[in-house]
Amino acid sequence: MKLILSSSPHAHAKNSVSSMMRDVIIALLPAAGCSVWFFGMRAVWLIAVCIAASVVTEAVCRIAMKRENSIGDFSAVLTGLLLALNLPPDLPLWMAVTGSVFAIAVAKQVFGGLGYNPFNPALSARAFMLISFTGAMTTWSNPAGYESVTGATSVDAVTCATPLMFIKKGDVSQLTSLKSFLLGNIGGCIGETCAIALLIGAAYLIIRKVITWHIPVSFLATMFVFALFKGGVPPILHVLSGGAILGACFMATDYVTSPITAKGKIVFGIGCGLLTMCIRSGGGYPEGVSFAILIMNAVTPLINRYTQPKPFGRK
Amino acid sequence: MSAVLIAIGVVAGVGAVAALALAIADKYLAVQEDPRIGLITAALPGANCGGCGFPGCDGYARALVAGTAANGACSAADDKCVAEIAKILGVAATATEKRVAIVHCCGTRSNAIRVGDYNGIADCAAAAAVAGGDKGCRFGCLGYGACANVCPKHAISIVDGLAKVDKRLCIGCGKCVNVCPRRVIELVPAKATVHVLCNNPLRGPDVRKVCQVGCMGCHLCEKNSGGKEAGHFTFDGFLAKVNYENYPTDGALVGKCPAKCIVEDAHFESGH
Amino acid sequence: MKTVKSSFKFHGGVHPEYHKDLARDKAIEAIPLPGTLVISMSQHLGAPAKCIVKPGDKVVKGQLIGEKGGFISANVHASACGTVKSIELKQGAAGGYANAVVLETEASDETAYMPPLDWKTATKEELLKRVEDAGICGMGGAGFPSSVKLNPPPDKHCEYLILNGAECEPYLTADFRMMLERADRVRTGVEIMRKVLNGPAVRIAVEANKPEAIAALEKAFADIEGNVEIVVLPVLYPQGSEKHQIYATVKRIVPEGGLPIEVGCVVENIGTVAAIADAVTLGKPLIERVTTVTGDGVNDPKNVLAPCGTRYEDMVAFAGGAKEDVRKVLSGGPMMGFNVADMSISTTKTTSGLTLLTEKSVFQYSSHPCINCGTCLRACPMSLNPAAISCAVESDDIAFAEKYGVMNCIECGACSFSCPAYRDVTQNCRRAKAAIRTRIAREKAATAAAAEKRS
Repeated sequence: MKLILSSSPHAHAKNSVSSMMRDVIIALLPAAGCSVWFFGMRAVWLIAVCIAASVVTEAVCRIAMKRENSIGDFSAVLTGLLLALNLPPDLPLWMAVTGSVFAIAVAKQVFGGLGYNPFNPALSARAFMLISFTGAMTTWSNPAGYESVTGATSVDAVTCATPLMFIKKGDVSQLTSLKSFLLGNIGGCIGETCAIALLIGAAYLIIRKVITWHIPVSFLATMFVFALFKGGVPPILHVLSGGAILGACFMATDYVTSPITAKGKIVFGIGCGLLTMCIRSGGGYPEGVSFAILIMNAVTPLINRYTQPKPFGRK
Repeated sequence: MSAVLIAIGVVAGVGAVAALALAIADKYLAVQEDPRIGLITAALPGANCGGCGFPGCDGYARALVAGTAANGACSAADDKCVAEIAKILGVAATATEKRVAIVHCCGTRSNAIRVGDYNGIADCAAAAAVAGGDKGCRFGCLGYGACANVCPKHAISIVDGLAKVDKRLCIGCGKCVNVCPRRVIELVPAKATVHVLCNNPLRGPDVRKVCQVGCMGCHLCEKNSGGKEAGHFTFDGFLAKVNYENYPTDGALVGKCPAKCIVEDAHFESGH
Repeated sequence: MKTVKSSFKFHGGVHPEYHKDLARDKAIEAIPLPGTLVISMSQHLGAPAKCIVKPGDKVVKGQLIGEKGGFISANVHASACGTVKSIELKQGAAGGYANAVVLETEASDETAYMPPLDWKTATKEELLKRVEDAGICGMGGAGFPSSVKLNPPPDKHCEYLILNGAECEPYLTADFRMMLERADRVRTGVEIMRKVLNGPAVRIAVEANKPEAIAALEKAFADIEGNVEIVVLPVLYPQGSEKHQIYATVKRIVPEGGLPIEVGCVVENIGTVAAIADAVTLGKPLIERVTTVTGDGVNDPKNVLAPCGTRYEDMVAFAGGAKEDVRKVLSGGPMMGFNVADMSISTTKTTSGLTLLTEKSVFQYSSHPCINCGTCLRACPMSLNPAAISCAVESDDIAFAEKYGVMNCIECGACSFSCPAYRDVTQNCRRAKAAIRTRIAREKAATAAAAEKRS
């Protein structure tokens, strides 16, 4: 039998790109479960359609580009799932498919696939959809109005405002209790409403060392401090509402588009937090997490450049 | 209405000021360049290969005008091009001989033994640093294409684990010669047709252990080409080398090499 | 004498699977004298030794056959009695070629050792001369000549002598067995070195996964005078790296590009210390060492005491032979060992182990693009950015790699080990270092040539 020749090291840890992606998907399962709990079959359909469209697009792109198939690394599944969790429950499914195709084909594969994309694919697609289908992307329904998975129906879907709309208007009195924020019994994108489920997932990722604490903590802390100084709405509601937790823990921590060093991650998180709060308080949209992260994605190479680690022993 | 006029006025005014500034800059900050530099750059092949030792064709043209480079240092320039440059410079042209790269190895995957499967960076120098390379022969072409990657004319292809040079595309810049960790590539006169495709100076039995088509230093080629006095071949250890100062032209030599490593016109035509 | 726990943790590091159980309980066994020894003139770091025998010469065990070839170099001695068959250019485990004496051995008890010295009465200079004459160099891997280490420049003072018994490389157990079985020799070596270095404090660094070795050392060093401590290091690769061990034991940081003596430390491998004891008290030069022959590819993993110059095939045959499906032969362990393809390569003073791996334990991979996850940054004990360096090298930007400190890389392999995209990060760092070294050598040659032209 022939020998194998390679350069040291000749051993490898038991990790791989697919295992890391799988971990992120596992971490998103509680949030996905909550979305199904609150939004019923609508959520199931959105998630299934987004994942299927993403994976198919990925496979087609790789074949068209004459590169090796990459659906085995689960990154397309993850992009589809993340995008679905970032969509409002009533979105027509064809729009979800359009978004998924955009995420994989335009935001990812055009640049060369996983590792080369400058912007987070799911967020790029969300921004693209927000601009293309503004109406559908900003119509929210009350979770109470959905047919549950078991088929037991309740009242018709009722369009409602998200907490951020009240915050924007300064109408704090309309805000529901802190408990419903934590549990997710509020209007919003299907995956972003239940803070507890998202935090459980984030804790899993940090324990498994898939992500580090730097970006989520600096992101959310910056938002909290900003809201504290701005006054008006209790800061904790800012942190718990909209896509802040989903964005800070799952989108901003995307490896490819966030800085590589610990210092850089903190700068990145602070930048995201500031931009989010600026857009929320002064921008045209009630929510700013997606745009904040996308803008910081563009700055990532610069942050990397100025936050290089100092070699051991260098003065 | 007045707002429109003001806008037009402001924009036109800014444009006029900027145009004036550009006109002044063009007049006073202009760099006088020897017109011959442009002419020579245009006359050169324009491969920007750097084989002359200057940064690109433009750099070479400047050096020619400044007199720090010899006309003929460009290996890609043919006689016509050299004559034209000489005309621009107003000097006499010297005849140059076109040289092309040749890979002195014919140990394909089936001919030469590989001691293992290399798993790592697909680069010749990187592969050579792991246990001395996966090829049993320590002198032959590794076939990971470092030469093909630096070739400015895409004249080198890797075929069956071996680098092959397309003579028609090669401009003789020598980049491949320098990048090869095995030093198996040489620039030879394009007119030479008989080549020894082996680079292994070890004894016959040692060569045979790793390659079926390695030179064993039997001196038959020397004998068949008119003996030592004719001087068509030189020997390095147990390796025959064509003396490219005085290369043999007799194609009949080819079939007589017992190791089958002497070939006629080793060059290969790539698909480019 | 006391035993303390290290409380300084360096940045990074990884936890490979150790597999030390294969050979850790096997007592050191001497190999029967092989028929042929191939003794390289380049068994150490620095200039190769100058060969002073010629084919046909009869040599005696311990006789000088290679004279040190420069300031950083070491003597080479015959590892057995016999006749010099030839002197040939032979490939070493790291891939480089060096002259080697091919020796046909003959069974004989004759030795040509140096006269034994009593280290208590001998002068410092005598002891240092002996270390130099005996051709002793670091036996941990790099092979830095000990006489140079033990003779710091007059403006530098050695405050700490650190004994490296970490043996963090997976599979290998040679140093572990040395500490267990030859703790008394280690103690003698320490006392000699302490005398040569003007009485520095002594720190013996051992990883926590070797409690038997710690117990043996505690027993041997129980009544030693002066400031001696056994420092128990946490199990973390690369704990055996000189710079990291200094940090973990005495919390000093060796400056970039500097030697340990610049922070008042001398680090020496356990095996080397025992060899120094033998050179002084027995007059025996460094002609043999313990090498672990291990891995799931050998039938009977062993810790083998073998003369320097034993061919790998003889070593493996002594360890019960290789299994059918061996796919990888390593000189050293899996993290830093060299892959070899030729079993006629011979052991040197620095061969700490031979690891043979079968199909199922060989790691085969194909690389994916970097996903910027930063795992390598967190693993790198030198706090480099291996991801950026590796990508730069792949686009031939060596200057970038140099700016990002690639010359600090100790090639420990933690980055490649932990990379989820299976990228050849370490290999790229190695390429960059080689390119930079070549460039520096070329620049030096150019300046030298220019200086010659002027004069």
